[in-house]
Amino acid sequence: MMNSAAGPAVHADGLTVVRGGRTVVDGLSFEVPRSTVTGLLGPSGCGKTTLMRAIAGTQAKVTGTLDVLGHPAGAAPLRSRVGYVTQAASVYTDLTTRQNLEYFASVLGLPRAERRGQVERALADVDLTSHADALAGNLSGGQLSRVSLAVALLGSPELLVLDEPTVGLDPVLRRDLWGLFHRLAAERGTTLLVSSHVMDEADRCERLLLMRAGRLLADGTPDALRARTRTRSIEEAFLRLVDTARDGDGEGDKGGKNEKTDTEETR
Amino acid sequence: MSATRTLATARRVLRQLAHDPRTIALLLLVPVLLTVLLYYVYADDRELFDRIGASLLGIFPMITMFLVTSIATLRERTSGTLERLLSMPLGKADLILGYALAFGLLAVAQAALATGVTIWFLDLDFAGSPWLLLLIALLDALLGTALGLFVSAFAATEFQAVQFMPALILPQLLLCGLLTPRDTMQPVLEAVSNVLPLSYAVDGMNEVLRNSGVTGDLVRDIAIVAGSALLVLLLGAATLRRRTP
Ligand SMILES: Nc1ncnc2c1ncn2[C@@H]1O[C@H](COP(=O)(O)OP(=O)(O)O)[C@@H](O)[C@H]1O
Ligand SMILES: [Mg+2]
Repeated sequence: MMNSAAGPAVHADGLTVVRGGRTVVDGLSFEVPRSTVTGLLGPSGCGKTTLMRAIAGTQAKVTGTLDVLGHPAGAAPLRSRVGYVTQAASVYTDLTTRQNLEYFASVLGLPRAERRGQVERALADVDLTSHADALAGNLSGGQLSRVSLAVALLGSPELLVLDEPTVGLDPVLRRDLWGLFHRLAAERGTTLLVSSHVMDEADRCERLLLMRAGRLLADGTPDALRARTRTRSIEEAFLRLVDTARDGDGEGDKGGKNEKTDTEETR
Repeated sequence: MSATRTLATARRVLRQLAHDPRTIALLLLVPVLLTVLLYYVYADDRELFDRIGASLLGIFPMITMFLVTSIATLRERTSGTLERLLSMPLGKADLILGYALAFGLLAVAQAALATGVTIWFLDLDFAGSPWLLLLIALLDALLGTALGLFVSAFAATEFQAVQFMPALILPQLLLCGLLTPRDTMQPVLEAVSNVLPLSYAVDGMNEVLRNSGVTGDLVRDIAIVAGSALLVLLLGAATLRRRTP
């Protein structure tokens, strides 16, 4: 128990996922430290959702090592300790916001006495208290995705896996949500893994996992990444890393050598 | 399995329906109106009305619950709520029993209304107990729910899901004894009708129509409908996967 609480929230080694006959996540090795906000950045189709599904335990055909909070990903004890928010809002549009939260609170097995308080807190966290009794189907896209996020906050999970939670939101809301993510990490000790295909969100994260075409390009703090690639923005850093990886590919094709190539180049 | 989660699921499904009063009204009223229509169609032949009316009471619950469940669970699958639920501490049995409970309750209300109108206003003469009618209707509805849940795994869209209705239900309807008594059918057709569960629901209804007590045939009919519902529910459970490709 001791070391499971002390270890990283997510530990992956040689993580590979096959989807539709293709290897879409290819030999990833990384760690997500506890109580941090880690960004998973990469272009559309690079495998972010697949990786998150693997961590949440809903993805089939996962090989390699993937430990979440000290258990193999998808293990039964994790089902109430990991909150997963899918890219599309997964809530019932024919229920009100509060009815959605009440149902998922019961499914999570929260004691009856705590349910009401948890629901109200989740509503307040995503700033939807005033829309608690609106039919979810009548909410705007941004509001609906916040209902989906609120569901994941119920029961204070130790790890939150959020798939593109801020995409398409107005800038003020986006700032507020990132504020919430950092509050969750700082005040409740929650670990957050947040994906985005928008590179300017990189600086909102303490750590970054940069992905492209199923491979990990880099892993580190935004500052370290920029320093290492001698670039000013994460977008430039990304491009530099892609070029490096491409040059490296000429030497022969082995999975999981990207990080090594990066360090050689930036030396 | 957990009673709290099963009940919460049933309550959630009913709450979803409560936001859709038109569906509830259609579910409850259409069987009644069709029975009334039938009453006037067969105004000159009371005996035929009795037989067909009784059969229909065994057919409505299955058709309506099949449609409602296949669409409802298909939505769960496509909206991502199923993926979310299965990433949470919800047992597959909790989900399936929750659905069965909610739609079973609705089926009982539907059957009670249709049976009540048929017996008291259309003077259909049942020799047996109305409770037995309700029991058969309930099991039949569970069979419809189970089939709907099962086929939703094989439908990618709501269009496909409703097309399973004529594919799976109409053959049963043609062979269940509603149109011609099963024992006068061509032997091959009779053999097929012998393995279709709806045949036993309709036989059961007619058994209650003719006999005041609980006959051995009735017990067999009820057991077969219940057994089929259970079997298909288990098949439906097998289509729920925590990990998907
Ligand atoms: N259900 C699926 N079956 C087969 N391949 C899929 C499926 N979903 C996604 N893919 C493929 O997997 C790759 C990664 O997709 P995804 O993880 O959704 O990327 P991202 O979230 O970064 O946009 C893509 O090439 C996509 O085409
Ligand atoms: Mg994605």
